[in-house]
Amino acid sequence: MRPERTRPAEEAGERRARRQRGRNLAMLAVLGGLAALFYVITIVKMSGGG
Amino acid sequence: MSETTIAPDTRADAAADPLPAVEDFVALLKPRVMSLVVFTGLVGLVVAPGAIHPVIAAVALLCIAVGAGASGAINMWYDRDIDAGMRRTRERPIPAGRMEAGVALGFGTTLAVGSVAVMGLAVNLAAAALLALTIGFYVFVYTIWLKRRTPQNIVIGGAAGAFPPMIGWTAVTGDVTLMPVILFAIIFLWTPPHFWALALYKADEYAAVNVPMLPVVAGRRETRRQILLYSWILVPLTVLPWGLGYAGAIYGGAALGLGALFLAGAFRVWRDDTDRAAKALFAYSILYLFLLFLTLMVDALVPGARGAA
Repeated sequence: MRPERTRPAEEAGERRARRQRGRNLAMLAVLGGLAALFYVITIVKMSGGG
Repeated sequence: MSETTIAPDTRADAAADPLPAVEDFVALLKPRVMSLVVFTGLVGLVVAPGAIHPVIAAVALLCIAVGAGASGAINMWYDRDIDAGMRRTRERPIPAGRMEAGVALGFGTTLAVGSVAVMGLAVNLAAAALLALTIGFYVFVYTIWLKRRTPQNIVIGGAAGAFPPMIGWTAVTGDVTLMPVILFAIIFLWTPPHFWALALYKADEYAAVNVPMLPVVAGRRETRRQILLYSWILVPLTVLPWGLGYAGAIYGGAALGLGALFLAGAFRVWRDDTDRAAKALFAYSILYLFLLFLTLMVDALVPGARGAA
């Protein structure tokens, strides 16, 4: 059995890792979304729709 | 110590190690405010004469939303001291210790520049200029200059919230004519009674953080009088799009009916100095603006409903 004193620190570390993972996924979604957005804008502009 | 007694203090934990979560960045954007801004921007797009490619229209709305969110983030950066002193705002990411102030400023500035740049490149320069003006007005004129200095903060600062339908209109037409100015004026004149109704029952909190809202500076009686006064100017103005032929009978009827209820609410606040009356007007004012713009949009979409637009 691990010492109980380390548990809050471990939990804080896990929370931090979860937050970091969430931020990474959000950044991936934003970058992917921006790439798709600029692609679609370019297609619309080149086809004379905008 | 049992496992159930280990209840980490999230505030202390966050202060020691502020790695903001995605939800904190979302909270910076003030999503509830953003939704009304996007909606009024959409109405501007729909009622404007002419055509716009659906993708470009969606990009315009996205830019309006992101620009509004950027303004909210920069506002939260600047107002972090007063946010910490008010119950309504002290759980925001910065005062709660979940985010460093500079992160919010960087986030807001990046979004502001990005939204204006994309609006200029994808939609048109006039809409981008109006978006930049809106963000600049909200940050510099309202947040930094007026909010802490004058009880007229809401009156003049309300212009920032009034620009979105004008931006939506300009995204389609590329210019500003009388109708978008009327739409601007409607939201501009709606803002004081809306916020002063809130300020009536939050006056103590505003006073505690030295924000000179009208009830704090001029008293409840004068605030109630001003609410009624602005409502009397607002309601006739909302009928103007119908009178000038920019909107049809659907909108005209709604503007009259909803306006009568708004006046009744304002009159009740003037007569009845209770929080209950002020809360009722505040809640109705949100519904009022939403329904007013919704009927304007429906009116524009129903064939033959509009007059000589």
